[in-house]
Parts: sequence; C-alpha cells; structure tokens
Amino acid sequence: MKKLSARRRHPLAALVVLLFALAATGGLYAAFAPAEKAQADSSVQTLAIEEGKKLFAVGCSSCHGLNGEGSSDGPSLVGVGSAAVDFQVGTGRMPAQQPGAQVPKKKTIYSQPEIDQMAAFVASLGPGPVVPGKEQYTSTNPDDVAKGGELFRTNCAQCHNFAGQGGALSQGKYAPALDGVDAKHIYEAMQTGPQNMPSFPDGIMPEEQKRQIVAFVRHTTNDEPNPGGLTLGSLGPVTEGLFGWIFGLGSLIAIAIWVAAHTTKAKKS
Amino acid sequence: MTASSTKGAAKPASTRAKPANKAESAADWVDGRLGLYTLAKSNLRKIFPDHWSFMLGEICLYTFIIIILTGVYLTLFFNPSMGEVVYHGSYAPLDGIRMSEAYASTLRISFEVRGGLLIRQIHHWAAIVFVAAMLVHMMRVFFTGAFRKPREINWLFGFLLLFLGMFDGFMGYSLPDDLLSGTGVRFMEGAVLAVPLVGTYLQMFLYGGEFPGTDIVPRFFTIHVLLIPGIMLGLLVAHLILVFYHKHTQWAGPGKTEKNVVGMPLMPVYMAKAGGFFFLVFGIISACSAIATVNPIWAYGPYRPDQVSTDAQPDWYMGFSEGLIRIMPGWEIGLWGHTLNLGVFVPLMVFPLVLVAIAVYPFIESWVTGDKREHHILDRPRNAPVRTGLGAAWISLYLVLLIGGGNDLLATHLHLSLNDITYFVRVGFFVVPVITFFVTKRWCLGLQRRDKDKVLHGRETGVIKRLPHGEFVEVHAQLPAAKLHTYTAHEQPQPLELPAEFDENGVKRKVGVIAKTRAKLSQGFYGEGTQIPKPTAEEHHEITSGHGHH
Repeated sequence: MKKLSARRRHPLAALVVLLFALAATGGLYAAFAPAEKAQADSSVQTLAIEEGKKLFAVGCSSCHGLNGEGSSDGPSLVGVGSAAVDFQVGTGRMPAQQPGAQVPKKKTIYSQPEIDQMAAFVASLGPGPVVPGKEQYTSTNPDDVAKGGELFRTNCAQCHNFAGQGGALSQGKYAPALDGVDAKHIYEAMQTGPQNMPSFPDGIMPEEQKRQIVAFVRHTTNDEPNPGGLTLGSLGPVTEGLFGWIFGLGSLIAIAIWVAAHTTKAKKS
Repeated sequence: MTASSTKGAAKPASTRAKPANKAESAADWVDGRLGLYTLAKSNLRKIFPDHWSFMLGEICLYTFIIIILTGVYLTLFFNPSMGEVVYHGSYAPLDGIRMSEAYASTLRISFEVRGGLLIRQIHHWAAIVFVAAMLVHMMRVFFTGAFRKPREINWLFGFLLLFLGMFDGFMGYSLPDDLLSGTGVRFMEGAVLAVPLVGTYLQMFLYGGEFPGTDIVPRFFTIHVLLIPGIMLGLLVAHLILVFYHKHTQWAGPGKTEKNVVGMPLMPVYMAKAGGFFFLVFGIISACSAIATVNPIWAYGPYRPDQVSTDAQPDWYMGFSEGLIRIMPGWEIGLWGHTLNLGVFVPLMVFPLVLVAIAVYPFIESWVTGDKREHHILDRPRNAPVRTGLGAAWISLYLVLLIGGGNDLLATHLHLSLNDITYFVRVGFFVVPVITFFVTKRWCLGLQRRDKDKVLHGRETGVIKRLPHGEFVEVHAQLPAAKLHTYTAHEQPQPLELPAEFDENGVKRKVGVIAKTRAKLSQGFYGEGTQIPKPTAEEHHEITSGHGHH
C-alpha cells in the first residue's frame, strides 16, 4: 500500500482513477443492460423505419414535412400512431389527390409491406394508436352483432346511417358508406378518428365494444340478405318515395293510358 | 253514343209478368224492399266519358281499398303498446335487445306471421301511391278547371281526403316504434312545443307526459285505424255520390256540350273496365311490394330517445314540411322568460298555408273572374294560362321544399355541399315559383299561338313542293273539322271592368279598395297578355278559301 500511497499525488493519478472508473461503469453496464433485445429490435425495426422514412420522403413529405412535422398543407403526424397510417394509406385516402372538403377513398397505391414501413416510421415519431391485431377486430361471439347494432345506433348511425350507408355533413363533408370496408380499417377508424370522424380510444369505447361494432357493420353491409326485396339503397323514405312515384304511380298511369286506349269496340256514331 | 238509353237495364216492376227464373225473383224480392230497380235504372246506364286522366281518381279509390284490406290484416297481429320487452324472436341481429311491444309485434309480423312482411309492404307501398295518386288526381282537376261550379264542394272533399290521408300516413309511419318513426314522433313533439304559450301544455296533453311516455303509440293507433279512416270513408262516399250527381266533366269536342255527357255507360263498359283496373292496381302494388323493401323496421332498430340515424325523413308526402324545417334559420326570441322558437314555429305555420292554398283556390278564382256559371266542359290547360301558371308555381314550390327535405341525400349523391343546397332552397322558396309562373304562362301563350297557326294554316305535312318559279314550300294540310272544333271551342272571357269613374249625372263614383283589387286581379287573369285571340270562322274562311297553299 505504501507504493500506491506514495504515488497518489502523481500528476497522472487522476487520469488512472478516471480510466478505472470508466472501465468499471462500462463493464457493469455491459453486464447488466438488456443488451440483446435492443440489439434484435434495432436490426429489423430500424430497417423498417429507414425504409419507411424513404417512402415517406417521396410520397408524403410535400404536405406533412420531411420529418412528419406538418405544414400549411397537412397536419403534423407526431403521435398519430401506426393505426392512422395503416387506415389512411390502406384505404387509399392518402396520399391525397387534391385538397378539398374531405379526402375521398380511392385505389390503394402502396403494398401492405410498404404501408407497414411508413407506419413504422410515423410510429417512431411519437407514441400513438397501434395497428390492431386480427384477434382485436375479429368477433367470435354470435351475440356481438346485436350488441354491436345497439352501439352502432348510439354512436355511429347519426352520421353513417342505420345501415352504414353514410350521410352528409356540413360544407361538402360526409360520413362515407361502410360497405366493403375491411374489418381492420373500421377498427382503426374508431381508434384514430380520421378526417371529420371523432375518435373512440379504448378509454371511451373498450376494445370489446369496437369489436362488436365491427361485427355489426360487417353483418349489415355484407352478410345480411334483405328480407324485403331490393333495399333501394337503405337510405330511408326519400328513395322509397321516388320508387313509389316512378315505379308505383308511374306504371299505374301507364296502365290507365293503356286501358283508356283500349275501349270497347262499340259502334262509333 | 250519348246518355239516354234505358233498354235492357230494368223494366218497371209493376208491368212485369211472373219472374222467369230464380235470379229474377230474387231481384224482385230485393226491389220490393230496397227499390233496387229505380236505383239501377237511374245509375247503371250512367254515362262516363273516356280519358286516361279520368282514371286517376280510380287509382286513389283502389289503393285506399287495398290499404283498408291489408290494414285490417295487420291489426290482427299488431300490438299497439309501449310496454318494454326483451326480444328473443327469429331476427337474430336484434336478439336480446330491449324494445316496445309495438316494435316487437311489428318484427313478428315481418318475420313470423304468414305473409306478414308482404302485407306490411303492400300496406305501405299502397299508402305511398295513394297520396301520390291523390295529388296527381287533384292536379288533373286543377289544370282542367274541373273544380269550377258546381264542383267546388267536391274539390273540398278531395282536399280533405288528401289532408287526412297525409296525416293518417304519418301516424301509420309512427306506429311501429322503430328508430325512424320515433324520430318522426320526436319531430312532431318539437313542432307542438314550438306553439307559443300553450305548446308545453299541448305536448303534455298529447303525449300524456314527458316524451316519449307510453301513451302516444296506443293513441296514434286508435286515430290511425279508426278515427281518420272512418272520416275518410265517409268523405270518399260523399265524393263519389257528388261525382254521380254532378255527372263527369268532359273534354271539348264535336257533339259535346255543357248540357250532355258523351261516353260509355257504367254497365257494362265501365263495370268491366273499372273492375279490371282494380285488379291491375292491386297487381302493380303487390309486385312493387314483392320487389322492393319499404320501411325496413328491422334495420332501423327499436326507438330509443338517445339514438338517431341520418336519412331520417318522413314519407314523401310529409317531405315538404321536413323541407320547411330544414331551410328555416334557427331563430329564437326570448320574451319575459319564454322562448318563441321561430325556427320551428314559422315552418309550422307555413305548412298548413301551403295546403290551404289548394283548398281555397276555386273560390278565389271564381271571385276574381266573377264567373258563377256551371262548367262541365274542361279547359285545356293552355287556354287558362294564369291558372296553369299558378298551379305550376305551386308544384315548383312543393318540389323546392322536397329538395330541402332531402338535402342530405342530394349532398351525398350529387357531391354537393349541404349548406349550398340549403341556401339554394331558401332563395328558391321565393324565387322559383315566380319564375315558374311566368315561364308557364308564356309557354301556354306559345301553345295557343301554335293552335291558332294550326287552325288557320293547317298542319305541316313534311311534303316539300317546288313551285314553277323555283321556290320551295312545305305543303300544309287542313285539320279535320273535329280538330278545328276542339282547338276553338274554348271561350275567352273578358276581365271585370270597374264601372265608369263618373255616373250618368257626372258624380264621381265611390269605388272600394276591394272592388279595385278585384278588377286588378281580374285584369291579371283575363286581361292583356293572358290570351291569344282565337281564330274566328271568318279568318279561317278567308285564309282557306283563296289559294291552295298557306
């Protein structure tokens, strides 16, 4: 100890201590940090984010900014989550064709892996709703349709109509019709509240209820054979009135003209 | 073939020999007690003129009968109660949902009762067509001037039938207690509440408490199946009796005068025609009901005051009231702690005015024109341009309001802004009828000129002739005499004149404001610019006698 003690005032002593301390800290960190998991994630996830960022730069950044920070033409995407990207791009709404009251649904131009990469990039900007798993939106309970119907009429029908046929909102905006919409996209729409729709996060509407609503919408717009014949669009009395006037009264008047034209062959004076 | 024949229908009972067979003796038996022969003699050979537009009223009559027949069937299964039940019927998508017994029994009619859904749809489609046919029937009567003396009262009966038909339809729509009908009942509550001072009392009286309560469906049921149909049936019978009593109107034509009716007898021609037409109407309505859904109550779900669906409109005949509400700005005035809800109250007041305009028109026209004579020959709409213009203006107003009532569907399906449609309807409510009036009036005058031209110069044959000096002319052919008569049979009345300003003694006459207004209106009706002077016989002779071409 004398040797060590004698050299404790050596000019390089502080440096040596510092080196030892750094080595110890680094060694301890290397020993205890959850290094492996972080390692595995970064290889796949980072790659996806990298790729997503490239796609984003080409397809989205002109409005949403290079880092998703938003601009005068498009909102910030920090915190919208991967579910929002999956919905907007997956239904073809994004990239938007032109500005307007509302961005319409159109042909999807990205493949699902590309959408996933962009979703990963946007998700990396800040935490937000995550793309739901299949088990979250696939109902297995047959009672879900009835329960979902009640929830749908309470929360959705005022804009989307009782049979999910959509409806008008102010200034050219509208609630779209729900026929043929993917179960996943319906779920994501409720999670994220795209465009003019309010969002229904799990705190407001639990996962189970969202699943029930999805079950009802899928049933009403896809599966159900209509017991009464043609639905006339399931749009309520307006189309019924048109049908009644045109096909009901219209054909009756045509028949009246026919009957009046074919009168008895009585002798004409 | 004019109306005078009595042969074959019935011989007076007194001169009759022994009954030839059983049917005749049965007829004798009834005649002895009900006076059947006299009744048959006077009515079975009743003459009706033939024209398709005279059959519009028949469509109304037959759809009304269909509605009553199917309605009776529905009452056998419908339970007009707002008691709550939990549904466990055969329609799985509503299993375990709470609903009223009215709604549950309508589901039962739709899915479990034999033929229930078809009958329900026949009932509803027939109602939609019934009111539409009444409106078209009234348009026919209006545009041909068939409402003039002596038929004003029958016009009122018809108007009441339309009015009651609309309200009975609305109540029927409200009975199933589904999400749509409940919204309609809620709409009505809002309208009742908007009545100043007594609105809240009226609402409590009508609903038996706060909305929705448990009384409204049973009350509507009684009114819908008993009270209104009863009154309508009475009005209908009276309407038909008056048609018999006045005899039917007819179009102008050779041999047709104000004093005769030219056509076919009721028995056998119209018995066969009308009977056959009934089955055709029933067939068309049934076909519609088998093809297309009407009011899919299962899809709407049961009514709950906290739920609503978009596309919540009334059936089409109430659509104009929906339009009035939708276009009215939501104005409110607060007075001494009370709210005057103009946003609802103004439409509520305009709504009956739109209808009353139809009811009072015959009286206004006869007052304005001073025409108190009987009319049995119909006007061609072009020959009464002002009346036709007014009728077209009313229809355009009605259509504008229907557009207002369906503004959301127009917005989504034509990709328009809901707000823009509403602004258009607000302006259109005032402007479109005025434009329609003038356009229609000018159109009528144009048609009158065309008639005049045809009468004087004949019709265009499409044959081009080359004259010796090289000119090309189109050959015109004289109209047959019957056509000439039809085109020139109408009279062209002169407007009322105010008496000379000074009487024979040079004293200034006192003319009241009303008399002045009346003369002004009469001028507008028959005065300058409302009719093209029809060709006279001399004019016709002069033009047609001389040269071969026009």
